[in-house]
Amino acid sequence: MAKKLNMRKRYELLTRGLGWEPSYQSKDKVFAQEAYEGIKITDWSKWEDPFRLTADAYWKYQAEKDKKLYAVMDSFAQNNAHLNLADASYVNALKLFIQGVSPLEYAAHRNFARLARQFSGEGAQIACQMQSIDELRHAQTQIHTISHYNKHFHGMHDPFHMFDRVWYLSVPKSYFDDASAAGPFEYITSVSFSFEYLLTNLLFVPFMSGAAYNGDMATVTFGFSAQSDESRHMTLGLEIIKFLLEQHEDNLPIVQGWIDKHFWRAYRLLGLVAMMQDYFLPESPMSWKEGWQIYFVENAGALFNDLGRYGLKMPKYHEIATAEADHISHQVFGIFYNYIHAAAFNLGLPSEQKMNWLSEKYPDTFDKYYRPRMEMWAEMAKDGKRFFNMGLPQLCQVCQIPMGFTEIAKGDPMQVAYRVSEFKGEKFHTCSDGCKDIFDHEPEKYVNAWLPVHQIFQGNCGGAAVPDVLNWYHFHPEDGGDYAGSADEARWKAMKGAVTTESTETTKPIQADAA
Amino acid sequence: MSLNIAAKEIKPLRQNYGHIARRIGEHKPATRYQEAVYDVQPTTNFHYPPSWDPGRQLYDTARTAIVMQDWYSFTDPRQFYYTSYVAARAKQQEIMESNFELVEKRNLLQGLQPELADQIRQVLIPLRHYEYGANMNNQDICHRGYGTTITSLASFNGFDRIGMAQYVSRIALLLDGNEETSLNVAKQAWLNDPAWQGLRHVMEDSFVLDDWFEILLVQDVLMDGLLYPLIYERFISQVAAQGGSTFLMLTQFMNEWSEENTRWTNQLLKVTASESTENAALLAQWTQAWLARIEAALAPIAQLAFGEQGAEQLAAVKAELVTRLAKQGVKV
Amino acid sequence: MSENKVFMIFQNTADAQPFISAFAQENPAATLDYQPGMVRIESLGQLGITQEVVSELAGREVNLQELHLTLISLSGNIDEDDDYFRITRH
Repeated sequence: MAKKLNMRKRYELLTRGLGWEPSYQSKDKVFAQEAYEGIKITDWSKWEDPFRLTADAYWKYQAEKDKKLYAVMDSFAQNNAHLNLADASYVNALKLFIQGVSPLEYAAHRNFARLARQFSGEGAQIACQMQSIDELRHAQTQIHTISHYNKHFHGMHDPFHMFDRVWYLSVPKSYFDDASAAGPFEYITSVSFSFEYLLTNLLFVPFMSGAAYNGDMATVTFGFSAQSDESRHMTLGLEIIKFLLEQHEDNLPIVQGWIDKHFWRAYRLLGLVAMMQDYFLPESPMSWKEGWQIYFVENAGALFNDLGRYGLKMPKYHEIATAEADHISHQVFGIFYNYIHAAAFNLGLPSEQKMNWLSEKYPDTFDKYYRPRMEMWAEMAKDGKRFFNMGLPQLCQVCQIPMGFTEIAKGDPMQVAYRVSEFKGEKFHTCSDGCKDIFDHEPEKYVNAWLPVHQIFQGNCGGAAVPDVLNWYHFHPEDGGDYAGSADEARWKAMKGAVTTESTETTKPIQADAA
Repeated sequence: MSLNIAAKEIKPLRQNYGHIARRIGEHKPATRYQEAVYDVQPTTNFHYPPSWDPGRQLYDTARTAIVMQDWYSFTDPRQFYYTSYVAARAKQQEIMESNFELVEKRNLLQGLQPELADQIRQVLIPLRHYEYGANMNNQDICHRGYGTTITSLASFNGFDRIGMAQYVSRIALLLDGNEETSLNVAKQAWLNDPAWQGLRHVMEDSFVLDDWFEILLVQDVLMDGLLYPLIYERFISQVAAQGGSTFLMLTQFMNEWSEENTRWTNQLLKVTASESTENAALLAQWTQAWLARIEAALAPIAQLAFGEQGAEQLAAVKAELVTRLAKQGVKV
Repeated sequence: MSENKVFMIFQNTADAQPFISAFAQENPAATLDYQPGMVRIESLGQLGITQEVVSELAGREVNLQELHLTLISLSGNIDEDDDYFRITRH
């Protein structure tokens, strides 16, 4: 009788030892990216597999997951289940999602393939390729889910074209380009640890739960289904950090530096998610701040407590991020409120009911700093003086968000923060100490940033006037602006039968809905 | 809730995403495949030069000498996107699982001639390393290639390799009652046995090629194009004829896979070669440069598999491959 | 006292039920927090399940890797084998 193999041994026999040390070409040439970041790996065989799914088990479980997911998607489309949403304003979250998040999934797909090629240890190599193919899954299931929404709402009609061009989408794009341009160990520290492990719960868990709360079953399904892969990815993120720190003590300062940098970078990006969480969901199960408390403060606290034995510390400026949790969603909302005429989603001032909810969730800040501003804007709009900022904003050289964050840590939340660095005789502006540190550490990298506003001024974006630029983005006039009075709102009312169709759009002759 | 659907606005505003509409027309519904692959890859306005290739962009058409007007001219005849891919593989793995289970339960390898078992150990088991190397090449294509219709297939192809390496490993474990003897012997053979060195040498040389399309040609067309028919069609048939029909079941996946791999690579070659005479010439030139070398590398393996008839068998699969390439416009 | 908190989050579906119930049953100190579409199971130090209990609850032989079908998130170090799954803090 054959001897029994346990899971660990069996997985080891099926995967470890598949690779080999090349001898016809030098190892340095075959694994050309493994050494140049200064990371020291003495023994890849010490790698702990974060999960032990063989390829065949993977096919089986993933096919099963997708069968369920696509069944939901099909029935959602067939039944026009978008009509069951709490409110169409909710769809704006999906717009930002397909424009700004799905392309990141795709970028992760391509870059985890790089790691899968470049790491010379089979355990890490296979874990990375599994993540690579998962990320393709996420991009594609998101495209397929949101495809139905695209047929019925505005702003989702050309997401990949937009991702390469639009000013606010350079925020997510530049973050992932940053990691993609780096070496493989910085990449995995950035994406698997700083982003996935520390922060993506904030994107997927409360937000998807919010989707469930707002009647969006299709999104809940892809969101949670993607998240089941994310659990494996987070585990990979944790294992890689432990592995690097166990391999050599010289790795610690390098890894700490990357964690600090990419935590801040990812945190800045999540400012957009904070706005989505607090201002886009008509019904919110949880505020950004509550999510931050649970998924960052508590979770990362426990995690770094665990990692402390390796000498690793909480990411630099984490306490600033936590202090900002009281402000960030309101500030990002304020930025977008000023520029919403140049966006491909709609935004509205919060209703009285929503403001009361915000007051309750943000007792220390909302009424004091932000409610008065919202009420003033509402007043101005009522008087026909809706405030739009028609100039072009100054962007942070690193995170690329328009300068609008304030000196919260310095106790001056009304004072807009900006920092200046000099490099080769030129001045570069950043929005915070976090972003300035990142710039100062690698100025030669960040001077290359494709800053949308600079590019517009240089005439690289379709023209000098705002409409030319929007046209170059493939925005339609009905894509942006206030939600109140928007094409989507009119359509939603017509969908719900509340108003006779006064929608101004010309609907094309319709063929059978391609479900 | 009773909805009077007729009274409501439920007509779609549009049928398609814009990037799909620009390819297939505005009023035509897109297939899931089209939505999943067309124009998903970023093409422009990158922020930082890659530290691992500073002279080029993060995604750059200049990583191959092949020139395409439109990198989405090629589409997969199987129309694989993630879900259709895993669904297809899930079905195959279910069959493989019951095959392995049957062989194990009924002890079907018990009566195997020791010589035949040894031959399997020598010829088949070292291929787990070949699959691993082929996976590395395909991950590289996925990363540095251009256009999602191609790069996503490299991702699937690489994943399949891991699956196949694991199936081959399981055959070794079956032969040894879960001891790792054959696995260790096969690794030594891959590393040191002169019979395998030619193939390993070619493979390691392919790892360091700069042009990803050349890697694709060398790995997925030329190396696979000789090795798969040689081993999984011809050698396994011979083993079956000698009383080892069990191995037909245990390698069923690989045999089917080879047909599939041929389908999409044929289509890719055809589209690429017909794009321009320069492309066709380049593909022919690469083929010229590599094919004879790969053939020579496989000669000792063919001999392990077929003895004296090795040369003849190898010549036959080479002739098939050359005919196949010619049909796609790659003339050698 | 959140320094050694671990959690598992599952979709709130029938398929996840045997896992959720097993966590509840095998970890008396754990708390279950139901939110729209999901349930969050939380404890201090560790959380674990055994294949035996999950299988009994499901009424069939369950492969513990099936938890990948309905898992949403987790926090802690994974330790697993054919017959158990657990997450811990060191």
